[in-house]
Amino acid sequence: MLDVRNLEVVYEDVILVLKGMSMHVPDGEIVALLGPNGAGKTTVLRALTGLLDVHRGEITRGEISFDGEVISGRQAHEIVAGGISQVMEGRRVFAELTVEENLRAGAYTGGGRADASDRVFDLFPVLAERRRATAGYLSGGEQQMLAIGRALMASPRLLLLDEPSLGLAPQLVEQIRELIVEINEQGTAVLLVEQNATMALSIASHGYVLETGKVVLDKSAEELLADQDMQEFYLGVHAGGAGHSFRDVKHYRRRKRWLS
Amino acid sequence: MTTFLQAVVSGLALGTIYALLALGFVIIYRATDVVSFAQPALMVFGAYWAMYFATVIGWNFWVAVVIAAVLGAVMGAVIERLFLRPLVGRPVFSAVMVTIGLDIVLRVIVDDLLGINQRTMGDPFGLQTVNIGGITIPQSDLAAMLGAILVISALLVFYRTTKYGLAMRAAAFDQEAAMAQGIPVGRMFGLAWALAGSMAAIAGTFISMGNSSLSRSTWVFALRALPVIVLGGLDSIRGAIVGGLIIGVAERLVAAYQPGAAPWLGAGFELVVPYIVMLVVLLVKPYGLYGTAEVQRV
Ligand SMILES: Nc1ncnc2c1ncn2[C@@H]1O[C@H](COP(=O)(O)OP(=O)(O)OP(=O)(O)O)[C@@H](O)[C@H]1O
Ligand SMILES: [Mg+2]
Repeated sequence: MLDVRNLEVVYEDVILVLKGMSMHVPDGEIVALLGPNGAGKTTVLRALTGLLDVHRGEITRGEISFDGEVISGRQAHEIVAGGISQVMEGRRVFAELTVEENLRAGAYTGGGRADASDRVFDLFPVLAERRRATAGYLSGGEQQMLAIGRALMASPRLLLLDEPSLGLAPQLVEQIRELIVEINEQGTAVLLVEQNATMALSIASHGYVLETGKVVLDKSAEELLADQDMQEFYLGVHAGGAGHSFRDVKHYRRRKRWLS
Repeated sequence: MTTFLQAVVSGLALGTIYALLALGFVIIYRATDVVSFAQPALMVFGAYWAMYFATVIGWNFWVAVVIAAVLGAVMGAVIERLFLRPLVGRPVFSAVMVTIGLDIVLRVIVDDLLGINQRTMGDPFGLQTVNIGGITIPQSDLAAMLGAILVISALLVFYRTTKYGLAMRAAAFDQEAAMAQGIPVGRMFGLAWALAGSMAAIAGTFISMGNSSLSRSTWVFALRALPVIVLGGLDSIRGAIVGGLIIGVAERLVAAYQPGAAPWLGAGFELVVPYIVMLVVLLVKPYGLYGTAEVQRV
């Protein structure tokens, strides 16, 4: 369904952020894209949805195709109309508009199915209850649901989620996780960007780990969960007593730099 | 008392026209973060079209007003597409400079079309007045007021209820998030300019009818809408309306009373009033009456 080949992205003409990354999202599946802060995950999503311009970024090499059609270089609204919607990092609901208006904004392209809003209200009954509330007054969890609901109004075939669990309490993360599974079961493929690797890999079929703009691991979710490096650096499982090898220390330093 | 009421009513008529002009600035600012200094030229050009179709071609005045509004919208949209769109993503300052340049160029053209004479608009009002409860109101004032209220209401309905109005509000709030919903924000910029051009055309027509006329100096009037938007808050629709009315009424009250009460301030003092009101309000509320303290943009 979605194919990314050797994608290279540069910001401000000089800052090389994606260094030839490739990935594949098969129809109807959940794929996780993991990696530390600053690895370039959000940049991948921007490239997929035509939002690099806004950030003075540019695809300098490589190609993105969706159902066999090359979509790199298309404008954001064409990509949404073509069936890919993104839930941006930080939710980005239109805080001054009501819940209902936010959803209508999500339906702007007119490509959504007639029952799109029924589907959204089924998935998120709280949005139906609060449809006339100003979005800015919703809780963090409700805003995340609104952001997802808004993206679903275009009835996308591929949904991109950028850190949907960020800043949410554990039981809300669990709720979001179940909702993602449900959305996927209704036939929408999902590309899930997460720092919470445990959560993401528990529902994904496949995972990619991105570090400084390169894919360093590309495995099925099961294999990733079992992977030694994965366990140590992303899943919070520490190899007992063995001590860190030099390679690990270097790796750790690199991560610290990304954090700054 | 009659003097007072008369001043208030004529102030409200003036204020609704200020509001129309101020809304043009605000709509463009909300959509693009640019204060457009091309509004004066668009206003005069719009008034020119109305005058042309009403007096030179000889069509019904209101038909001419509608044509002027449409041509104003087209001019706004074309200007945006040709000169402003390429600057999207560049510093706002460059775009503001371009609007100043456009204003100068367009005014040279329209001045040439106008010639050096005062032109009457071909409106049916002339100097006629109506008498309501002892207050004498120029018919043209009444028409301007009603016309402006109609246009402003239509704009509010457009913003609140239509798909494009909603898209414009969404894009004004968060441009990138709007793009992520599939809203083509470039077209929303064009739409904002079209609306602003149309409202400037109508405002220009209204201020030139009745006992006024259209001339090369009419453009100055649009600059008096600047204190209105600063007063109301650059990004506030409500602020433009309320600010327009406050300044319109204040101006006419001063015009009515100052020559008797404080003749030493000199003639034409009312023209400074918008700026004085603006300065006083800014001391109390730095972002204007309804302005957003920090307008977050991406
Ligand atoms: N507009 C920009 N201009 C310049 N550099 C940028 C820009 N946006 C992002 N970057 C840089 O690109 C790199 C990747 O950023 P990106 O936001 O894609 O990372 P991420 O993996 O999403 O991180 P996080 O987990 O913190 O969200 C970072 O080093 C960041 O500083
Ligand atoms: Mg990110």
